[in-house]
Parts: sequence; structure tokens; C-alpha cells
Amino acid sequence: MSNEWLILFFLVGAIFVGAVLIFSGIVAPKSTNPQKFEPYECGIPTEGVTWLQFNVGYYLFAILFLVFDVETVLVFPWAVVMKEVGMAAFIEILIFFFILGLGLLYAWKKHALIWE
Amino acid sequence: MLLNMITANSLQLVSAPWWRVLYDFSSLTKSIDEGLNNTMGHFWTVVTEMIIIGVLILLFYAVIGLFLVYAERKVCAFMQNRLGPNRIGPFGIFQTIADLIKLLFVEMIPIKNADGFLFNLAPFIVIIAGFMALAAIPFANGLHAIDMNIGVLYVIAVSSMGVIGVLLAGWSSNNKYSLIGAIRSGAQIVSYELSVGLALITVVILAGSMQLSVIVEAQRDGWFIFKGHIPAFIAFVIYLIASTAETNRGPFDLAEAESELTAGYHTEYSGIKFAFFFLAEYMNMFIVASIAATVFLGGWMPFHVGPWDGFNHVMDFIPPFVWYIGKTFFVIWLMMWFKWTFPRLRIDQLLTLEWKYLLPINLVNVLIMAFIVLMGWHF
Repeated sequence: MSNEWLILFFLVGAIFVGAVLIFSGIVAPKSTNPQKFEPYECGIPTEGVTWLQFNVGYYLFAILFLVFDVETVLVFPWAVVMKEVGMAAFIEILIFFFILGLGLLYAWKKHALIWE
Repeated sequence: MLLNMITANSLQLVSAPWWRVLYDFSSLTKSIDEGLNNTMGHFWTVVTEMIIIGVLILLFYAVIGLFLVYAERKVCAFMQNRLGPNRIGPFGIFQTIADLIKLLFVEMIPIKNADGFLFNLAPFIVIIAGFMALAAIPFANGLHAIDMNIGVLYVIAVSSMGVIGVLLAGWSSNNKYSLIGAIRSGAQIVSYELSVGLALITVVILAGSMQLSVIVEAQRDGWFIFKGHIPAFIAFVIYLIASTAETNRGPFDLAEAESELTAGYHTEYSGIKFAFFFLAEYMNMFIVASIAATVFLGGWMPFHVGPWDGFNHVMDFIPPFVWYIGKTFFVIWLMMWFKWTFPRLRIDQLLTLEWKYLLPINLVNVLIMAFIVLMGWHF
């Protein structure tokens, strides 16, 4: 089958979830109680806003991830033609990984990989 | 002359491996397609095929999901010297169906001040990601929904789409525990995705293609885990670790660490919406396991040992689908074994493991594999 059939898989997933949600919405019982709609945290009323600031470390890892993920995408086409191109491809990837390794080493020495 | 040609042809027929003809699903699908085309117009053929495939994939998804939940509970019980579910049906096999029916009849509670739209969108995303990843997996010889030429890349891309659903679920729940769980899960999934990608690149170098059917076909005379020397084995181990982390399973289940975060990103989900997250987790496990089986363990290819013809013929009798399911469930069993053996990691240990160990090892591993392929040292 051609790639356009992917839309079918998308639709099957969406219809499956939608239909089950609608069905459950019809058959499930409903009752209202002001305390029921509170967020579930320890059983006591919640304090303050939920959308707090969080550790900056997560952002650092996200940025590092971006760098290395783009690299992965670049390496995939190389991996496919590696066998045919041979020596030249190997030397090129050596240089590429050397630069990349320097980047990782830099982040490492800057303590970006340490969780504080 | 004519007789010669006929005998030559028939000889060819005989010498062609008959089991491949018998077990080849493409002839079955082709005949169904032709039959439909003969009886109705092109448009209605497409519609009928869509319905058939949709129903089949839905059934497959539901059966695998329900079975995996049951299997996990049974495996966990055996590892902890318990019985596990044993009341509903023989050996409790209908337990998950009963759970599903119960969850269908549970009220879905809308949370106060939650972001309603995103809250409802999240289950859609996690489930659709699973369905779309199923499209590219070769189940058996010719039983392949879409044979993309970038199959490996596609599966990585689509299966990591689930993290958006997890992040949305945690963000929109108006619950601090959910938010922490979702952010942890995001950091973890994006980190370990690198290792999954690089481990698969190791095999792509060896196969010279990203098309999953080509990768399976290249393992006819030996699975890649054996053909690729040590680098392929290292890649397999890294893939196992990284994919366990990517599916948010123990010992990497920080996103839903119940001792600290109640249930992480799906704390606020009730009823069938919670079941969707649960189902999606198990389907993601099935998908990563089947990619491991396809890429490293030969997919639906039978186990062949080079010169042992008799042994190889016996192995050929086992249908490809059985091989595929067997290998997939072997990998799933390994992942369950991990979960019930190791204690949960801390977030700093988790990120250290990825960035200081797996990633550098993986980069070197890719280079070693490239060198081996360059020198022609692989089998």
C-alpha cells in the first residue's frame, strides 16, 4: 500500500478513542459534588497556582537533546549509503563525530550534565 | 524442446521454497484485492479495504493491549511468588476484559480549572501515536500495512510523538504532581530517544537500508545480532535499555513514581481516559519490542544455522507470524523482567546513565560498526 494509507491509521485511532469516549460518556453515571472536582493532591485543598517554575536543568537537557537529535537525523542518510561510499564516508563521519564529541565534552566540563 | 522447458519450469517450481509460497501473505491480500475489484468499482474497493484493515488493526490493537496487561500482572506475580489474577475465567485470562468493562462504566471526572481542551486531547495523541507506529511494522511475510522506504526513521518519529500527549496530560491536569511527572517524562523520553536512534543507526549501517522489509530480508542467513559481531550486540543492549526508558517503564518509571507523585501525569484521569493511557503504555512496549525483534532478531525470519540444512528446513515449517510474535514476546518478557527486578532510579542517575554512558558508548559503537562494514568483517 502507498503512504497515503497512513491517514487510515490516524483515523482509526481517532475514531476508536472518540467512539469509546462517547460510549462511556453515555453509560457512565454522573453525580455532582463540589469536592469531587478538586485536583487530587494529598486529600487537602491545593495551595497557589499549579503552573509553577521548575528546575532549569530540564531546559539544559532539552537544548542538548535538540543538538544531538538533529545530528541523529543527519546520520541516518549517511548510514544508508555508508556501504556504497566506503572510505570517504567513514572519514567524514569520523570528523563529524569528533566535532560532536567536542560539543558533548564541552557540556560535560561546563557541568551541564550534572543534576543539581 | 517444449518438454524441456516444461520440466525446467516445474523443477523451478519444486525447487522454489514451497513454504515461502504457503506462508506468503501477499498472495492472499492480492487475491482479496482482485476479488473485490472484480465485484465492485474502484472507489468501493478502496472503502471496503479500508474498513477491513481498520477493523483488523483495531482488533489486533485491543487484543494485544488487553493480553499484555494480563501478561504483565501474571509475570509480576510469578516473580514475586504470588498467583496473580486467577478468578475470572481459566487462569484469570478474562480479568483485563472485566477491568475494561468496569472502567467503561466509571464516571469521567472533569477537573476544576483544568485546561479542558488539552485534557481531552491528550488520550487521543497517545493512542493515535501507537496506531500510526503499527502501520510500518512487518508482521509476517507480506503482512505489512505500509512498506515505507524510511521505515526505521518513521517508527522512531511516530512513537516519540506520544511524549506530546504525556506532556499535555500533565500540563493540563491542574495538579502539581502531574506537572512534575510530565516534565520528568519529557526530559527522560527526549534523552533516551537519542540512544534508540543511534542504536538503530548501527543496524542501518549493516543493512544499508531503512526499509523494514529489506532489513528483515537481509537477515535471511543470520540475524543481525549474530551477523554484526560485538557492535550489534552492544547496540541491542543499548536499545533495550533506552526503549524501556522511552516507554516510561520501570526501573525508569519516574514519570509515574507512585511513591512520590501519586500516579504522575495521569493522576487526574479517571475511567476510560485513564485506561487509554494504560493501553498506550503497553502498546508502546509492544511497538518497541517488535522493532527490536525486527531489526536485531530477524523479524519473521526463522532461525537458521548456516550449513545445517535439516535443521533449517524444520525451522522453515514454523509460520513467520509465530516467529515474529515469539521474538516480540521474548523482548517484552525481558522488559517485564527488568521492571520487576531493578529498583527505580533517581532523575540524576537516569540522566547520567544516558548522557555520560549510553550516548558516548553509542557514538563509538556506530564508528566501530562503520569500520567493520568498511573492512567487510561482518558475516
